[in-house]
Amino acid sequence: MSEQALSGPRAKDYKSEIKPIWCPGCGHFGVLTALTKALAALQLAPEQVALISGIGCASRIPAYTDLFGFHGVHGRALCVATGLKAARPDLCVLVAGGDGDGFSIGGNHFLHACRRNMDITYIVMDNEVYGMTKGQASPTTAPDWVASKLTPGGTGLRSFQPAALAVAAGATFVARSFSGRSNEVAQIIARAIQHPGFSFVHVLSPCLTYRPEQKEWKHAVTDFGRDDLPTANAALAMQVLLNDGGLSTGLIYEFERPAWRPRAQTGAGLAAVEEEFAV
Amino acid sequence: MRSLSLALVGSGGAGVVTAGGLLLAAAARTGSYAMMRRSSGPQIRGGESAALLRFADQAVECADDSFDLLLACDWRNVDRFVDEIPLGAHSLVLYDPAAGEVPALIADCGPRLLAVPLADVAASVHHGRINMVALGVIAHMLQLDASLLASVITDTLAHKGHAAVAASHAAVAAGRELGRRLAVDATGSELRLPATAATDAARWTMTGNEACGLGALRGEVRFVAAYPITPASELLEWLAPRIEALGGTLLQAEDELASVNMIMGASFGGVASLTATSGPGLALMMEGLGLAVASETPVVVVNVMRGGPSTGIPTKSEQTDLNIALYGMHGEAPHIVLAPLSIGDGVLATQWAVHLAESLQTAVIVLSDQLLGQSRAVLDRPADVSFMRRRRVAGSAAAAYQRYVLTADGVSPMAIPGSSGMAYTADGLEHDQAGIPSTRARDHAEQLAKRERKLAEADYGPHWGEVSGDGSTAVITWGSCTGAAREAVQRLRASGNRARLIALRLLSPLPAARVAEALSGVERLLVVEQSHSAQFYRYLRSQMDLPARTDILARAGPVPIAPGEISARLQAGS
Repeated sequence: MSEQALSGPRAKDYKSEIKPIWCPGCGHFGVLTALTKALAALQLAPEQVALISGIGCASRIPAYTDLFGFHGVHGRALCVATGLKAARPDLCVLVAGGDGDGFSIGGNHFLHACRRNMDITYIVMDNEVYGMTKGQASPTTAPDWVASKLTPGGTGLRSFQPAALAVAAGATFVARSFSGRSNEVAQIIARAIQHPGFSFVHVLSPCLTYRPEQKEWKHAVTDFGRDDLPTANAALAMQVLLNDGGLSTGLIYEFERPAWRPRAQTGAGLAAVEEEFAV
Repeated sequence: MRSLSLALVGSGGAGVVTAGGLLLAAAARTGSYAMMRRSSGPQIRGGESAALLRFADQAVECADDSFDLLLACDWRNVDRFVDEIPLGAHSLVLYDPAAGEVPALIADCGPRLLAVPLADVAASVHHGRINMVALGVIAHMLQLDASLLASVITDTLAHKGHAAVAASHAAVAAGRELGRRLAVDATGSELRLPATAATDAARWTMTGNEACGLGALRGEVRFVAAYPITPASELLEWLAPRIEALGGTLLQAEDELASVNMIMGASFGGVASLTATSGPGLALMMEGLGLAVASETPVVVVNVMRGGPSTGIPTKSEQTDLNIALYGMHGEAPHIVLAPLSIGDGVLATQWAVHLAESLQTAVIVLSDQLLGQSRAVLDRPADVSFMRRRRVAGSAAAAYQRYVLTADGVSPMAIPGSSGMAYTADGLEHDQAGIPSTRARDHAEQLAKRERKLAEADYGPHWGEVSGDGSTAVITWGSCTGAAREAVQRLRASGNRARLIALRLLSPLPAARVAEALSGVERLLVVEQSHSAQFYRYLRSQMDLPARTDILARAGPVPIAPGEISARLQAGS
């Protein structure tokens, strides 16, 4: 993705001076770069963008940008973002985090944020593991992954299907990408920001420390390779997602449904409200 | 104070609360002060229900020791709330023989009994309802002006349609006729609305939940996140259309974890924000409130207390969330806890809460309760109060902006998204002055001290509490017990004794110096609160020295503490 304007902010202008805590080779570096490229492509004024997160390796991202950031508690990033967007519809509100933060402790908020369809972009960096607590299974971990001390026999639980759930719950923009495909991630994030509704961007982002086998993702990811994507047909999107091995990337689903916004205001004053109490 | 206490009881859905509300509104138009409590079970229909009214010649803020009149539409489930309707030999009980004999629980109190065939008379009126016949009987007894009551009925029930209004008028008229026929006014000739002096002052009628809602709007709250919970839902429902009319937004959240984080997001965006809940919801919000403290994001939570622990008694009152409000956050998280001292004081307490949250950039918990929240009062219009200081907003930065810069008063200018060159990350991780996460001992010590300092050194002005009376005996209390404590002290003083009342609106940080000053010369202190484990007493003891002769009147809910209980304790020890 090329930066379109020469005079406006460039990708690096959206980065802060703080050095990420991420391990060498972490996929999240690619997502950070892609995010700043997307913002530069859209030429968004940094002060008009808020980046909200919860807890986990991925959730450290706000401090690495030069945006207004909120690094909140575990699992509630979407709630903070929802309140901010409701009170300040003029801002571009982004949310970023990991698979544990978004789908386990924050799972309920994920469903309701999709359903509410506010004009928010949610980027999940999915590495199928809790990294910050040193390698436990997350909702997207395969049932037979036995490398965690906490679940030595594997979880035995079916993996969570984030993209399919987003479609089912009412998100109006659903895409998947891979952190190694930085330009594709940037293009998808830019398009997600432009989409007027809740946009879910699922990014496969390897953890080389606790999931070294994810090094192979860069060879395994492919395009969906279908002419009928993206689709506005939720049934088709679900069919594609449920039959896919989880390593195909691209924009899957985009549907125009009015985004939640504050209701029209009539402009009565406080005096009129107080008058109701008069005996 | 002269007052009249009256209980209307019936099974849920029988309409006793509607009848009580009409009576309250009509009495208000005659110039009477009043308070109506609601007692109901958890069932939406078919459980027990009671409207407990007290009319008085001056502002009334608590239940009396006993009831002058009990009118029962039926006796279903009476055992569940008989404790809340103390009766004596002076009481008059009106009952419908068609609904069964007077239960022993009632008759054993020794009241005068009078049978009134409410159901028969209701059946004689087209679509006549028993509650409206009962209202007519009482209106006759109290000599309530017929056209005044009729206009209240027309205004209040208009939304139910013309037929319902006409049926109500007819049933009330039939009730009045029934009263005349039985000469109930002669039986209860002492039962009259207390006369009040004519006044030009504006009189209002509101519930405590509405008062807190109005306080939020006066405080310029323009974002509310809401998750329904008894007994706080009405506060949120009252706000929903009104905050929109003022240009604000109310959003229904998926749970309380969401609502507390939503108000943090809105506040981060520069908009004063609030939510309301009750005990179980407050418990869920605690982690979020800790984040508000650490990230210095202003938020207000109005917690309308109910019986606990766990699901407890959702429809009835208790003051037992004091401990969680004071101590519920992990780590060291200085924040503010306030409580309204009456129904009408919900306006000031909540408006002040918003002001303190905004100007000190912290979390404020307002401890209302079911007794205040769901009771309706006829009162003098709560005074307008204005607080000058607002949120300290960072302008443009000459040098690199530091969100958590150390200042003398501990309050750091807060940048609002949209301000060019002022970006920062609000963080629940311990941080340095710039907001960058830090595990350094010095940063931790500095930020802890800063967050403590801004609350400890703030000037809370005259609103910290109310002190009245004199003498060496004092009652100290907080929140909804204040009304009963005030009346107990007034009674004592009226009978020639001296006593003081100290009521705390500011619970944390405890204004210990002010309380000590109010206690100067006090030899005997009675701590009054509605909790089983004396949470308030233990808190006071942990913060300051109390007089050697300090007694505790701490009793669990749901029966409100009555003035006579307090004055009896004061007299017992003297």
